[in-house]
Amino acid sequence: MKKWIDIIAKRVFTVSGFVTSIVIVLIIAFLFAEAIGLFSQPIVEEGYVLALNKQNQVKDLSALEIKEIFDEEITNWNQVGGSDTQISVFRLEDLDKIYTEAELGDEYQFAGDKIVEQVSSDPGMIAFVPESLVEGRTELNYIDDNTIPVGDVLLGAEWFPTATPSPIFGILPLISGTIWVSFFAILFALPFGLAVSIFLAEVANPRVSKILKPIIELLNGIPSVVYGFFGLAVIVPLLQRTFNLPVGESGLAGSIVLAIMALPTIITVAEDAMRNCPRTMREASLALGASKWQTIYKVVVPYSISGITSGVVLGIGRAIGETMAVLMVTGNAAVIPTSILEPLRTIPATIAAELGEAPAGGAHYQSLFLLGVILFFITLFINSCVEVVSARNRLKR
Amino acid sequence: MNRTTILLVALLCSLHCATHAQRIKGSDTVLPLTQTLSEIYMNQHPEATITVTGGGSGVGISALLDGTTDIAMASRRIKFSEKMKLKQSHHEPCEVVVAYDALAVIVNPQNPVQKLTREQLEAIFRGKITNWKEVGGEDAKIIVYSRETSSGTYEFFKESVLQNKNYMSGVLSMPATGAIIQSVSQTRGAIGYVGLAYLNPMIKALAVSYDGGKNYVYPSVESAVAKEYPVVRPLYYYYDKANEAAVMPFIQYIESAQGQAETLKLGFIPR
Repeated sequence: MKKWIDIIAKRVFTVSGFVTSIVIVLIIAFLFAEAIGLFSQPIVEEGYVLALNKQNQVKDLSALEIKEIFDEEITNWNQVGGSDTQISVFRLEDLDKIYTEAELGDEYQFAGDKIVEQVSSDPGMIAFVPESLVEGRTELNYIDDNTIPVGDVLLGAEWFPTATPSPIFGILPLISGTIWVSFFAILFALPFGLAVSIFLAEVANPRVSKILKPIIELLNGIPSVVYGFFGLAVIVPLLQRTFNLPVGESGLAGSIVLAIMALPTIITVAEDAMRNCPRTMREASLALGASKWQTIYKVVVPYSISGITSGVVLGIGRAIGETMAVLMVTGNAAVIPTSILEPLRTIPATIAAELGEAPAGGAHYQSLFLLGVILFFITLFINSCVEVVSARNRLKR
Repeated sequence: MNRTTILLVALLCSLHCATHAQRIKGSDTVLPLTQTLSEIYMNQHPEATITVTGGGSGVGISALLDGTTDIAMASRRIKFSEKMKLKQSHHEPCEVVVAYDALAVIVNPQNPVQKLTREQLEAIFRGKITNWKEVGGEDAKIIVYSRETSSGTYEFFKESVLQNKNYMSGVLSMPATGAIIQSVSQTRGAIGYVGLAYLNPMIKALAVSYDGGKNYVYPSVESAVAKEYPVVRPLYYYYDKANEAAVMPFIQYIESAQGQAETLKLGFIPR
């Protein structure tokens, strides 16, 4: 009987372990598959084409050039390698301003002809129209339907995921925003976290730490949206007044909120690690005439360094992955930050804010998955750094 | 015993739902309107069941595509690509305008600026004008607040005020209307936009001119109803033509005099 239970238990553990690992691998594979799909999407929104006059010889336009043409920043074709002609922009919505309903037909069956008529009449015209309306028409030239280049995404400095006709997915501002805000959050949280955990583990009398520790752990249970609102209503105006800023929503507000959120994790884990330092080591140190402070920083902290680092890593993880609080206080401006007092935008905030309305399977949707993959690599990198550091510490000892 | 009762109730419910239930899903802007009207409608017609959920205009239309909703609410017109997908899967989308919603441009109450033209607004939101003194205010940087790119309000403002051009990249995007109001009320140089129903004394609305500065109109329900205020967008219902008979009674109720009176009461502009 006992033997059977043994066998069954073993099987159950094997199967569940196996299934869980497979599921995790599949999730990651799904993430990567969706993300890589972005690079096979066309530059121009799917189902649409950019039509040009037959005389116009421009073939290639980058997403950025298309955006600037439609924003009327680029106004002449010679700026993008064409002849010296003024650019005029035509959108599908302009069609019913020029023609009456009757001219377009009751099912818009003449819309294609009218588009061709318009574009042919103006040598500088660029028209953003559905592919189905101008399919197979050779009276017009078309911009080549290239796929989104990898370089434009990874090194692009502009994030306009819903720009029409061609969305721009430059993720550099988002990556730098995330790293910038997390770096400062850890810079604030680390000294305070360590100080509090040393105080709780070594200095405070047991009664005080018995009261304090549950209170600090309670901070962990506060939902992040509450921190976010606290940040927006208290920290943001405070920063605005202290630094005399034109706008209080900034990276600094984000990192302060994140630091507060990371503190309980760092404190609890680091404190537990220090408490696990054997009494014999402490007593040996004191017996050799070391003072209490010398014992703490020469014996207790080095002994528990791996626990402390894992606390810090968990804290960083919380800071980097945090969504709601930063969404509310950092201002979400997708620009590469040059100082911590400016608004910035992080990866998780972008995913949370935009996934809801990004059409499934579209380029915008896939670009958000790509952001997820990048976040995954950032955390992977930090985790492996810590692994290396703590492995080295172990060797030293 | 207990389990059978639950099963029976569940079965009855599902039978009941199958005959009368209507599912409405989509834009969070239209959500409060639909919710209130459907409650009144259900009180008057005890046999009807209507479930209303939000999620956003895009979510509603993709639910219509999957057949998981009967009516999709949208604060923007259906996109060409969405229409094409619906037609490819043999749905014939029908469009009803249920109400209008006006957008107000708001600034901090301490800001002396009272009115702006559309051209000035476009320049501000595109980052061409960056200081308030260029539009007759004090010497202070303009802080531009906008909604997230996923919001229908964002799209409509872009279409109407920016004439389909893009916002500047340094615009601060906030996750909700409430956050915009909070930020504008505590930032002196701020400018933003919210639905008319959200106006309150913490912020100041601006009069807007769409004819180059000849007539400035202050946003209010009256000026919007009189079709004087220009920044007004239609709110839509979309349904499948095959489903018309089932959804028509509720839509007719909204279009009725009583439904439109309730619409006005909720701060929306009747058709």
